[in-house]
Amino acid sequence: MDIHSFFASDERKDLLRLLTCGSVDDGKSTLIGRLLYDSKLLYEDHLAALERDSVRRGSAGGDMDYSLLLDGLKAEREQGITIDVAYRFFATPRRKFIIADTPGHEQYTRNMATGASTADLAVILIDARQGVLPQTRRHSFIASLLGIRHLVVAVNKMDLVGYRQEVFERIRGDYFDFATRLEIGEVACIPISALKGDNVVTPGPNLLWYQGEPLLPYLETVHVASDRNFIDLRFPVQYVLRPDLNFRGYCGTVASGILRRGDAVLALPSGRRSTVKAIVTHDGEVEEAFPPMAVTVTLSDELDISRGDLLAHPHNLPRTSHELEAMLVWMDERALALNQPYLLKHVAGMIQADVVGLRYRMNVNTLHREPADTLALNEIGRVALRLRRPLAHDAYARNRACGAFVLIDRLSNATVAAGMILDREPDESVPEHRAADQPRSRYVRPPPSLVTPGERASRLRQKPCTVWLSGLPKSGKTTLAVALERRLFDLGCQAHILDGGTLRLEISRDLGFSGDDRAENIRRAAGVARVCNDAGLITIAAFVSPFAEDRHRARQIIGAARFLEVYVHAPVEVCERRDDEGLYARARRGEIPEFSGVSAPYEEPSRADLVLPTHELDVATCVEQIVAEMRQRGWIGLEPANLGR
Amino acid sequence: MNSYRLTHLKQLEAESVHIFREVAAEFENPVMLYSVGKDSSVMLRLAQKAFHPGRIPFPLLHVDTTFKFREMTEFRDRMAREVGFRLVVHTNRQALDAGCEPCGYGTQKCCALLKTQGLLDALAAGGYDAALGGARRDEEKSRAKERIYSFRDRFGQWDPKNQRPELWNLYNARHNKGESIRVFPLSNWTEQDVWHYIYTEHIPIVPLYFARERPVIERDGMLILDDARFPRRPGEAPRTLMVRFRTLGCVPCTGAIRSDADTIEKVIAEVMTARHSERQGRAIDHDQDGSMEIKKREGYF
Repeated sequence: MDIHSFFASDERKDLLRLLTCGSVDDGKSTLIGRLLYDSKLLYEDHLAALERDSVRRGSAGGDMDYSLLLDGLKAEREQGITIDVAYRFFATPRRKFIIADTPGHEQYTRNMATGASTADLAVILIDARQGVLPQTRRHSFIASLLGIRHLVVAVNKMDLVGYRQEVFERIRGDYFDFATRLEIGEVACIPISALKGDNVVTPGPNLLWYQGEPLLPYLETVHVASDRNFIDLRFPVQYVLRPDLNFRGYCGTVASGILRRGDAVLALPSGRRSTVKAIVTHDGEVEEAFPPMAVTVTLSDELDISRGDLLAHPHNLPRTSHELEAMLVWMDERALALNQPYLLKHVAGMIQADVVGLRYRMNVNTLHREPADTLALNEIGRVALRLRRPLAHDAYARNRACGAFVLIDRLSNATVAAGMILDREPDESVPEHRAADQPRSRYVRPPPSLVTPGERASRLRQKPCTVWLSGLPKSGKTTLAVALERRLFDLGCQAHILDGGTLRLEISRDLGFSGDDRAENIRRAAGVARVCNDAGLITIAAFVSPFAEDRHRARQIIGAARFLEVYVHAPVEVCERRDDEGLYARARRGEIPEFSGVSAPYEEPSRADLVLPTHELDVATCVEQIVAEMRQRGWIGLEPANLGR
Repeated sequence: MNSYRLTHLKQLEAESVHIFREVAAEFENPVMLYSVGKDSSVMLRLAQKAFHPGRIPFPLLHVDTTFKFREMTEFRDRMAREVGFRLVVHTNRQALDAGCEPCGYGTQKCCALLKTQGLLDALAAGGYDAALGGARRDEEKSRAKERIYSFRDRFGQWDPKNQRPELWNLYNARHNKGESIRVFPLSNWTEQDVWHYIYTEHIPIVPLYFARERPVIERDGMLILDDARFPRRPGEAPRTLMVRFRTLGCVPCTGAIRSDADTIEKVIAEVMTARHSERQGRAIDHDQDGSMEIKKREGYF
């Protein structure tokens, strides 16, 4: 084998960026040392022929430096700079790897988020003697938050538990019980002993009961290319190149989608249109560019486009707005200050931004949402931001490059937070299965049916849907629901009421009124509504549902195409006046904790399909408005011929 | 397999080009450090790529200790002519006039004055707010933790315990007057990637990288080029050996290795099968425990 064919084979390799997380005691250094060392040996095997042909080693031939490598890691610990991400590199005949090595103890959140932001895959180490620990959950949550779609759980130190299969199976079971609550595409559990080398590179004789691939072969073959977004063209203009009067090029890195010569493009936020004249590179012009290529684009029109503009296809535009909802990982010693300007750096520019609301803080150990006034170092929470200029962006879950941002302190210039933009545009279709909150058992499937939705609709002469009434206690939800149900029935429809009372009497009798319990109650309500809709019924759901995120999730579970969000609006004073049960009074005395509108927030729906001010309109008028909207959407009052689709 | 994929080398190239453009867009007065070595040659090509068909929009700075190999200076001047970049050469004349030289002063002191101080003086003199360098994370353990944008205070110092978090490709270029940022576009490249890129892109490099018969002196376990500018020690006699240099620095501090790799193919074959890390030939990394980190804290690249 000569150098040309070696490079020809090297050329075909792609790059896998991975993150390793675990504590010192989990054997992370040993694992990384082994991966680096063993893969180097593999690599050298591959190169042996080459070596024989053409090389006489120069200076004194070195021996293995496995121990040196580990000493190096130890030395770093002693120097006290482990509280940081270290990047390490290795290659095998199949792939190149960049490891972001993040220490598991101090500053874990900040470091893990940093390492995870550029990683395709995370390896989470578990000590077989310890099993799943709070830190395992923490690491898994942060990996999923940062959008890592592939997770490898390496159950290490199998040698210390006698290589027993039942130990591994128990840990794997525990892990899946927890991990099903996270949004991670693929999870592999692999038993290993990094120290002894079992199942790291080759299976070894001690874990013969394990049928899957060892760790390194898994890493070499796991398919990550499909994680990239090749659908939504986003080309942020990074630098404008004007070497002479005849050339005006827009330099940038394709963030997502595919850019082709001749494409019609729209520049955001300016809204100017043009077509791609050429895609220029130092190596010549190309017909198309895809992520993560760095190219220069020329357009057929002279437009005033500059850094901060983003090119997209006119039929597939990002959301452009002044307002964002996002998850934040706080990374600075100085806690988050609400309503103070920060600089928000996004792939499409730098904009001044205020954090105007902190929805909740996430407890990374329990994954519970907690009310909070601020976010301190290493804390994670959901926030609302208001920007001084509109920003073209996507949801992080759909488009990592256009959904990520950092916040920078204007005075200290420090990078204080990492942000992941949340989806606010619900998917229009009825979801096949729920993307979030996968069921615990992966074998659960909805029941088969020989009756189609169209047949049901024809029989019942209605399209099933959910009318979701949200509003403060005593705003009039139940009154409206009752009147609407009667009115629909009189129109010949099959409708029913689903409310807090119904649910909490049976299905949710185990739940209280904390933020978490409320969220769970709403999730169950949405699940019931979905089942009823699937059965062809019209569901009138009356729930305070004070949190936008929970309503958004309900919309996703039920399907946005058959979901009508109605904000039953009355000022809190009006509600209190109507309150003949004395609930508000008791809440104000502290007898009812977490009472929406009094001792707990009510997030007003900003994008409700219908807003009904019940202090201004009478019940009949409100009902007619809902019925009109339902007719308008073609859900009721149509001839049978139009119902089947 | 999706056809829309880039080889690892093209991915690294794209990342580096992105960084170059980001620097040109966000800093007022950037400069690129040019050490004439192979990494600098790759940096130069990437800078050309980033701004094609335009010219490189910032100058290249060479901190010349005056003890560099003659072939390095010749190569540097030739590249400046051929590529057409603006070259700034800085030398710490004050230290040289005071008699600073590696053999008498010792490598630590000499480096501190001629390289580190020379660099800091040059950056201050030029008023540069960003300095692009060719350092890689795989070179040395303290570099494994360096950011792509590495913040330096008013004194050019690096604080490894207080680095800015760096996420995605969103680099924080904010700094106050007097402070600066060192930028490392090759952070994620390995030595092998650099060689591979030189090979596939036909990038010219200094001939010292290729084996040739050269007069060398064996000193402290290193093979030092016999150069008329530096006196031999008593008892030293030059031998003519087939050698080449894996890294390039100052003549008295850069050891040659025995090799007959006289073509790029042979050099690469040798590099890829060698088990010794490439900086092993450099005296400065070993003169003190954790020495690279200490130099970096003080402002060395």
